[in-house]
Amino acid sequence: MREPVRAERVSEHLNRALHDVLAADPTVHVLGEDIADPYGGAFKITKGLSSRFGDRVRSTPISEAAIVGTGAGLALGGDKAIVEIMFADFAALAFDQLMNFASKSTTMYGRPVPMPLVVRCPSGGRRGYGPTHSQSPQKHFLGVPGLSVLELTPFHDARALLEDAFAAGRPALLFEDKVLYTRRMFRDGVVDELFRYELVNGLARVAVEGVDGHDCTIIAPGGMAHRALEAMRELLLEHDVLCELLVPARLYPFDLGGVLPRGRQVCVAEDGAAGATWGAEVATRLYPVLWGRLARPITLVSAADSVIPAAPHLEREVLVHADTIRLAVLEALA
Amino acid sequence: MTGVIVEDVEHGRPSPLALGDLDRLLLIRHFENALLRLFGEGLLSGTTHTCLGQEHVPVALNPLLREDDFTFSHHRGHGHFLARYGEEAGALLAEIMGRRGALCDGVGGSQHIYHRTFMSTGVQGESLPVAVGMALRLRRAGHGALACAYLGDGTWGEGSVYEALNLAALWGAPLLVVVENNGIAQSTPTERGMAGTIEGRVAAFGIPYLRIDSIDLAAVRAALTGPVAAVRKDAFPLVVEFVTRRLGPHSKGDDTRTPDELRRARAGDWYERYAAAFPRRFAEADATWRRYVDDLVAEVSARPPAQWTVR
Repeated sequence: MREPVRAERVSEHLNRALHDVLAADPTVHVLGEDIADPYGGAFKITKGLSSRFGDRVRSTPISEAAIVGTGAGLALGGDKAIVEIMFADFAALAFDQLMNFASKSTTMYGRPVPMPLVVRCPSGGRRGYGPTHSQSPQKHFLGVPGLSVLELTPFHDARALLEDAFAAGRPALLFEDKVLYTRRMFRDGVVDELFRYELVNGLARVAVEGVDGHDCTIIAPGGMAHRALEAMRELLLEHDVLCELLVPARLYPFDLGGVLPRGRQVCVAEDGAAGATWGAEVATRLYPVLWGRLARPITLVSAADSVIPAAPHLEREVLVHADTIRLAVLEALA
Repeated sequence: MTGVIVEDVEHGRPSPLALGDLDRLLLIRHFENALLRLFGEGLLSGTTHTCLGQEHVPVALNPLLREDDFTFSHHRGHGHFLARYGEEAGALLAEIMGRRGALCDGVGGSQHIYHRTFMSTGVQGESLPVAVGMALRLRRAGHGALACAYLGDGTWGEGSVYEALNLAALWGAPLLVVVENNGIAQSTPTERGMAGTIEGRVAAFGIPYLRIDSIDLAAVRAALTGPVAAVRKDAFPLVVEFVTRRLGPHSKGDDTRTPDELRRARAGDWYERYAAAFPRRFAEADATWRRYVDDLVAEVSARPPAQWTVR
């Protein structure tokens, strides 16, 4: 018997999704710094696109505000645009276009104005890139009327994610964890020999099959999924603590889509810095639903209230690891 | 193309106005005056920015633009809108007053209008990158349409203007950038906010540039007809700087200029010059449009509040 072909890497999956989206829809454009061949983007996610799709795929000058604005202009005119920001940190340079134009345009003219625009943002640390190239700045884009915040996951089909974002008619940021790029997609409902996953109403739910009585539900964005899984495995094998994991592809507006956490404890884990976090927003949404069922407050795990140092040993002190989650869950259940 | 300059202010008699031009000029003038009056009477909320003294710019450009051209305007945009859609003056006033029949259900107000192929936004410099995207889209469509973006002199302090000009030049965007340089950004004279000149800045991008210092509609059109056609045909950005005068306050009651400065601003006003050159016709039209706007104000004021119907 032949070994099954291994699942594709997340970076390959996303690259293929972009190829498919551009091939299926001649109105889609991709703009970004250094995205054209032969370079194919700083993380190679756009490889092959410019060779195949000509001037619908453009390498741009270093002008984040203008390329996001140009994408919005293409969208306003009836096309669709995907803009790559080389490092999510630099999305700050395009904040006005996102907050005051693209998102507001969908409603501020008194009627819905479609704005099919996706701004892709490679994010996250653990690469030693230092304070301005390692952030997970998702939280800064939460709560903007008309703006969706998405995150790539190893469970969700990236093409569907992009096409759904376009169909929603409102601009979206798509955060893509840089380390996740190197991991493989999960498929066929299998995570590993312990865990299985299913997609329910846009949410990936990972659990041990056929078992009830979850001690804890971990909720995490896609970039945190592997660390959460590692924590779950150790919690189960070393501590006999049973966890499930919920991974939404859309971080904001946050909606569990009717999927209720089954654990008696809930832990939200994310890569952003402490303070005014995504987890706080998730907890605010969950409390009314889970009130009376929770034995204790929802546990929030995030990076430290700190810049992200460049030196690997210092960076490690600041960011979230599988162990951070494991210890937080144990402490909450203690 | 750079260097073509039309200059005629305070010299001689302007060319006779084409049919409808005087009507448009006077509609805008009386519309803007009415807004300041309404503010004075406490009947308008929020803020507004009138284009008094700059009405001739969009009126001159109007016949050079096509219905499928997309216009981007800004905070001082009533004239840009009315030059193009004068018949919608009531809907614009309703938008500004938050009354039924408003262009955008009263959500956008004075600075955020979207109607057909006209859009205004309230943040300086924000629309120019968007205009580049729209221009690229229009270029791909292949019908010769262009994007037209109005900017003030103060907007040249925004970095996104330069990012957008760079993209427009690199990518051959059919983009007409119309600069209304009225010499003052809110309260700050242009020379205290701008090092160098707009011409020099545009030249740095290798973008064609024209300066127009004229209120003579026929002369302005004669100077711009060829260049605007070239923008459509050959797909490139063109910057046209109009030397204008802001007669009114930045918004309302916030003019810190001296009487002498205001006198100098008024000296170039098209209103006085056309009134002097064509007295009988002008007086008649002036009375007609004054009355028209008064009636419009009465009619719109009597409407019920706007309802945000589709969110």
